[in-house]
Amino acid sequence: MEEITKLICISCPKGCSVNVTHEGETITDISGTGCKRGEDYVKKELTDPRRMVASTVRVISGLHPLVPVYTQAPLPKPRIHDLLRELRKIEIQAPVKTGQIILENALGLGINVVASRDMPKV
Amino acid sequence: MTKDLYDVVVIGSGPGGLAAAIAAKKNGADDVLIIERDVELGGILLQCIHNGFGVEIFKEDLPGPGYAQRFINEALSLGIDTLLDTMVLDINANRRLYVTSKRHGFKEIHSRAIVLAMGCRERTRAQINLPGSRPAGVYTAGTAQRWTNVEGYMPGSHFVILGSGDIGMIMARRLTFEGAKVERVLELMPYLTGLTRNYVQCLLDYDIPLQLHHTVNRIIGNHRVEAIESVQVDDRLQPIAGTEEIIPCDTLLLSVGLIPENELSKMAGVKIDPITNGPFVNDEFQTNVPGIFAAGNVVHVYDLVDWVTEAGLSAGASAARYAVAERQKEIRSIPMIAGENVRYIVPHRLDKSHMQEEDIRLQMRVRNPIEEPVWVEVHDGSNLITRKAEQYVRPGEMVTVELKPKHFAEVEKAQSLTVNIVKRK
Repeated sequence: MEEITKLICISCPKGCSVNVTHEGETITDISGTGCKRGEDYVKKELTDPRRMVASTVRVISGLHPLVPVYTQAPLPKPRIHDLLRELRKIEIQAPVKTGQIILENALGLGINVVASRDMPKV
Repeated sequence: MTKDLYDVVVIGSGPGGLAAAIAAKKNGADDVLIIERDVELGGILLQCIHNGFGVEIFKEDLPGPGYAQRFINEALSLGIDTLLDTMVLDINANRRLYVTSKRHGFKEIHSRAIVLAMGCRERTRAQINLPGSRPAGVYTAGTAQRWTNVEGYMPGSHFVILGSGDIGMIMARRLTFEGAKVERVLELMPYLTGLTRNYVQCLLDYDIPLQLHHTVNRIIGNHRVEAIESVQVDDRLQPIAGTEEIIPCDTLLLSVGLIPENELSKMAGVKIDPITNGPFVNDEFQTNVPGIFAAGNVVHVYDLVDWVTEAGLSAGASAARYAVAERQKEIRSIPMIAGENVRYIVPHRLDKSHMQEEDIRLQMRVRNPIEEPVWVEVHDGSNLITRKAEQYVRPGEMVTVELKPKHFAEVEKAQSLTVNIVKRK
């Protein structure tokens, strides 16, 4: 059964409305995307939706009590809450450098969680 | 250690201010200072920990603090001075800034050019006239964002968010991440006011309900918010009786618009556009006050930080050009010194370049009468440039001597000119 799924592309701030014609996971037509990245997004969204995740972890003796962190690659949507649970357990020592790995190979998915900014020690 | 005089002073270290300072330094400004009221550089980006920044400029999907970090690193590596934890109390049209901080106390700073980059402020409960009691638990979305992402406090556990602006939707997701329940997002207008992609990735992804054409009718609770009453509105945005709904919650967040922050701009005589609430600017981002520029959300509220950065780069480069021109004018402009038996000279200063084409008339009065022939001599400190004979001089009679284009070659080298009136020997 061919069906049309309406999606909104989140690859960039334009937010194109996209109509995907597909039979199960087989896509027969994509209309409304403004660029190649949009097409890639749509294909992924239908089969394996993923999101970048940003949160914070605790810091000991930093300028602030938290340091912001983010996933270096998009994470499968159903695993977001599992990742957040892991991040809540983490406490790191200041100073922290931008890009420093906070959680390596998160949930065994091959994705690292890194610090978004420097956090000086006080 | 900060100086007393700068080429360019930038007020605010958000994306607009950082870009302006960097561009100023790269375009010929020698001394550049950023004044920031927080304890660190970066501005509001530091609390915007979500990604989505830098797609246009870096072709990368960065979180706010990461985006800021790149510009902070660049600013510091360029040797830009910073005054942190410092408030600008006043600025005037002569580009004098009056600042204060716990660390350095009160200080006056003069700058050849200023870039206003104070950003914007959130509209508050008082500005949208929300009825009801005044319990704790009513905050702007940005305040909640700062607590949650920087300071480590959760503002509540059950939320209603009024306004479908980007910060509101992003906070809905963020609070959900931290274990809170976001009961509802209400939007007065019949359309989303933030970006559609934020509706998808912040609300739809987490099943957070959005109601368009709805607003908060009443806040309920004495010490703490206990519930809000929502109501549907008609096409004229008036509440429709009978559509009220009580939504239990302990916190109401407001994401109902941003207003450019221009208290300081007004002090300097900068004219404000009543539509944008930001300064009127020309294509160089110069305001109506010469030498005062403005960039970023202080001018009008942008959708994307990348565009704020671009505006900052442009304003900073313009400010540097202005400062360099000012500096050259200062070098060309030399003081006229009243020497022996001269009380004063008008003009007080001389722009040397003006001598190339026209005669410059120096007029003065003497201190004491000399009833015999005198020379009115113009020196540059060591050499006599020109002199004029007078039969006598008296305080009641103004003395005039002219500098001619033929004197330019010698005056060009002078740091100052002195006029002496002496007896002829």
